[in-house]
Amino acid sequence: MKGFYLLLVAVAVIGGGALWYQSQRSAAPPAPSAPLPVAATDAFHGFTVGSDSAPVEVTEYSDFECPFCASFATVQMPVIREQLIATGKLRWRFRDFPLPSHQYSRYAAMAAQCAGEQGKFWQMHDQLFNNHQWAQTGKNPRSTFRDFARAIGLDLDKYDACMDGQRYAARLDASIQEGDALGVRGTPSFFVKGRPYTGRGTSDDFKALVDSLTKKHK
Amino acid sequence: MIRRQALVLLTLVGLLVATYLWLYKIGVLGQLQCGTGSCEFVQASRYAELFGLPVALYGVGGYAALFAVGLVGLQPRFTADRRVPRVFAALSTAGFAFTLYLTAIELFVLHAICRWCVASAVIMTIVWLLSIFELRAPRSGNTSTR
Repeated sequence: MKGFYLLLVAVAVIGGGALWYQSQRSAAPPAPSAPLPVAATDAFHGFTVGSDSAPVEVTEYSDFECPFCASFATVQMPVIREQLIATGKLRWRFRDFPLPSHQYSRYAAMAAQCAGEQGKFWQMHDQLFNNHQWAQTGKNPRSTFRDFARAIGLDLDKYDACMDGQRYAARLDASIQEGDALGVRGTPSFFVKGRPYTGRGTSDDFKALVDSLTKKHK
Repeated sequence: MIRRQALVLLTLVGLLVATYLWLYKIGVLGQLQCGTGSCEFVQASRYAELFGLPVALYGVGGYAALFAVGLVGLQPRFTADRRVPRVFAALSTAGFAFTLYLTAIELFVLHAICRWCVASAVIMTIVWLLSIFELRAPRSGNTSTR
């Protein structure tokens, strides 16, 4: 019997030690995941804002938990929207690229997709980026996202059903696959007419880019 | 006695698994070692909470209670006491029913599997089966090893 109690203590110490170790270490980069299965895509290629007849389209690969993406969305994007998108010069396409190192970015992307189902993707996009404190706490953001959904006037029953059923998981996988194929390595990444944009990503740079492409177009 | 020892050991492992999931849920652990992405999705769903508390905390409480009762059952003066296996079987039946509910949610509502939840479900199923065997075992079988 003494041996059994020693075994119990050993299991408790090893298990407790493993839990302590997990709680102490910083978030390590995840192990390379297995290749994604070919996603069942519904021919969806991202939510867009701007005129269909705009001469230039920028595709952004973004991650809702990424601080650089939040900074871009809250500082640069309002100017881009006002000066380029609202004036019909630019159309913006948003693609999800949730990084595996971010704990809740995929969950946030799903929340935006579920809002998009009710025609409010961009409103949820803005909520997620403008109230980015959720990404710094490490806490489960489910109730926060639900508050965002309520704030933008979503039907919460439909939103819950969408989230719980992971309705747009295949879309997210397809978007990640597409980004991988294009060589996206970080977020935010931008593509203009299918080619990577390597500028600084400021509203001034995008304005200059659109101006130069528009001139060529003419 | 071997069966009772196995039950105590299993509930200790279950307690560690439930504690792991609970610590993740309250933000102490940054990332679940899951292998696939579904652990976090399951843990972030609305079904990961019940009456305002994380489901994993119920697991911690349940396994802790089973562990304590199991330890009592190992004490020589309680070896022949039939109340211990009855209490243990009642607790494990409740735990097993809760496990069935959670597994059904994963399979049929969320369509996502959390490997740690599966590990807990397997442990609880074995615990329940062993507790039923223990309940039905003749009293002499318990005392023969003393």
